[in-house]
Amino acid sequence: MSKKTRMTGAKAFVESLRAENVKVIFGYPGGVLLPIYDELFDADVKHILVRHEQAAVHAADGYARATGKVGVCIATSGPGATNLVTGIANAYMDSIPIVAFTGQVPRPMIGNDAFQEADITGITLPITKHNYLVQDVNDLPRIIKEAFHIASTGRQGPVLIDLPKDVTTDEVDFEYPEKVILRGYKPIKAGHKNQIKRAADIILQAKCPVLYVGGGIISGDASKELVELAQAINAPVTTTLMGKGGFPDTSPLCLGMPGMHGTKYANFAIQESDVLVAIGVRFDDRVTGKVDSFAPNAKVIHIDIDPAEISKNVRVDLPVVGSAKSVLKMLVKFIQESQQKADTAPWIEKIDNWKKQYPIHYHTDDKLKPQYIIEKINEMYPDSIIVTEVGQNQMWAAQYFKFTNPRTFISSGGLGTMGYGFPAAMGAKMGYPDKIVFDIAGDGSFQMNSQELATVVVNDIPVIVAILNNGYLGMVRQWQELFFDHRYSHTTISNSVDFVKLAEAYGALGLRVTEPDEVCPALKQAVDSGRPTVIDFVVESEENVSPMVPAGAAINEILDLEVKS
Amino acid sequence: MKHTLSVLVDNKPGVLTRVAGLFSRRGYNIESLAVGITDNPEISRMTIVVAGDDHVLEQVTKQLNKLIDVIRVSDLAPDESFERELALFKVKVDKGSRSEILAIVDVFRAQIVDVGLKTVVVAVTGTGDKIYAIEKLLHNYGIIEIVRTGKIAMNRGEKVVKIS
Ligand SMILES: Cc1ncc(C[n+]2csc(CCOP(=O)(O)OP(=O)(O)O)c2C)c(N)n1
Ligand SMILES: [Mg+2]
Repeated sequence: MSKKTRMTGAKAFVESLRAENVKVIFGYPGGVLLPIYDELFDADVKHILVRHEQAAVHAADGYARATGKVGVCIATSGPGATNLVTGIANAYMDSIPIVAFTGQVPRPMIGNDAFQEADITGITLPITKHNYLVQDVNDLPRIIKEAFHIASTGRQGPVLIDLPKDVTTDEVDFEYPEKVILRGYKPIKAGHKNQIKRAADIILQAKCPVLYVGGGIISGDASKELVELAQAINAPVTTTLMGKGGFPDTSPLCLGMPGMHGTKYANFAIQESDVLVAIGVRFDDRVTGKVDSFAPNAKVIHIDIDPAEISKNVRVDLPVVGSAKSVLKMLVKFIQESQQKADTAPWIEKIDNWKKQYPIHYHTDDKLKPQYIIEKINEMYPDSIIVTEVGQNQMWAAQYFKFTNPRTFISSGGLGTMGYGFPAAMGAKMGYPDKIVFDIAGDGSFQMNSQELATVVVNDIPVIVAILNNGYLGMVRQWQELFFDHRYSHTTISNSVDFVKLAEAYGALGLRVTEPDEVCPALKQAVDSGRPTVIDFVVESEENVSPMVPAGAAINEILDLEVKS
Repeated sequence: MKHTLSVLVDNKPGVLTRVAGLFSRRGYNIESLAVGITDNPEISRMTIVVAGDDHVLEQVTKQLNKLIDVIRVSDLAPDESFERELALFKVKVDKGSRSEILAIVDVFRAQIVDVGLKTVVVAVTGTGDKIYAIEKLLHNYGIIEIVRTGKIAMNRGEKVVKIS
């Protein structure tokens, strides 16, 4: 028996979102989207009107990272669609499941350089997992079904659907498909049993193992299995920026972050490891440093859901293709069943000594230090979701906040997109209204999407923007200080704007903090107010992120930079 | 090392762009490309010749497989497959050279597909080597234009590249 109902493409769009159980979409209307927006007027899916399309896609991305569900955004043709591009690239680099809808000019006008026409499927070809131009309204329900499936399975990623206006006004006998049939798309889930067995054998023989884990642990929902593995073999774990929260920073086995601004002991441990178990990572250059000298003595086991990641950047001795969760489950089982016991006690002792000798630290004095602010947020609100912008603020948040749960650290990793944090925080808060959500911001980054203050105030989305205001494009300034002889070319941005007044102009709460002892009261006031808040923390202006591996160096050539007064 | 990939794809608009875009984006070079429909009208076959070592080939294959529209990628082993290309040569003729050209055509089992007052068009199918050989000979008479297809290839014997 068929339950088909005749309706327009626009209505079918809304019905499809309902069928996908979409609770919220972030968007911005325009001419070709009028039929769709007319349907959204009284639809039960919540629509958040942003102030710039880039914020819509970042918000969808933040929502996806916080909840694990597919984030959804929509923008009009031409400039609306191109405004999504940065956010789509951002989601692609970090493998975040979003479905982006764009309006398109009517089919007969495509290719004529019509008003507000842009070839958005062409433009986003290299930055989407897949994309569609809907040519026939009868295909629409199937395409939406496929898009959500592709975005959320295998190695996740963004999918774009381009909707010509006349497709949204054409009529279709609507029935949402139950199954997806894609001949060319069969993501591998379970790993190869013999490969996993071999991995277990190698791991059990290791004297100095290191688990190097990333975003795949979070998207693969494998934190629990990771903890079991680490405990079963008593091995230290280093989590990349993308993997933060996938393994508790509070565990004695935690090494913190590897790479350029990682901990010394994580980098030393990788370099001296005899077995490196890489899980859901892609050997990014910010992690490996000079790739030829990365983990020189280690047998490398690489577990990843994407076969194309195996041996892309670094030679791998044993690949296992599969989802982190299913592979780790089996791996732990093999290890527990084995007669052999890994003896890593001397290794752990060595690492503990490094930890004592080279802790992450900063120079404390009576000035307001950005690191101190992160520590206080951590002390007072340890269960927050921490979203960051890009630059020093991002690194300090990653270094000084102790993350204990997946999906509580949200940051633009692969693309490093300034302006990501604030709209992403808004998306995260939409997913978890009961959690405290901070955007740890830089004064530069925040100005890239500060217009979203209107969105959070109008829609009452009380996120807290903590600006670590150093008056600089700080991360670039740090490089200029170190490698360009202190020539601060175009990185001074002090006195750009009064952030307190800016917040107030939009109807948000604005606070300014200049002294260390004002930090906690201000945080409390912000949280207790229940309002969207901007805190302008006027911090030490030339503080550096430390330690640091200079570009192109091996990761054990890591320098301390912090001592300054 | 050159590799010949037989790639089955969904016969949909945009597939060629996706495949070509992938090659250029990742810095791989397409040496030759031929596209045609298969016995199933929903599926096309691309025969792609790519140069590179084993590492490049592995990456190309994996990246191709990641495209949603790509159904199957198969690297054809040179000794277990054969290849063909088609080339058209427009060659100058006069009374003196006509019979010599005909003799060459004969030897290569090529065909004359167009005869003009001052030109003939020679069509030849075969391996790249064979086409190169006839080209070298025809050169002596003056080639005005060459049109070549990309290479197509197939496994010998019963082995096929089909959707499973
Ligand atoms: C969109 C974008 N443009 C430029 C950059 C290059 N960039 C990286 S960090 C940075 C400075 C960021 O300044 P701010 O937000 O104040 O953060 P800080 O480093 O001072 O904490 C810049 C310009 C970038 N990452 N993203
Ligand atoms: Mg700054």
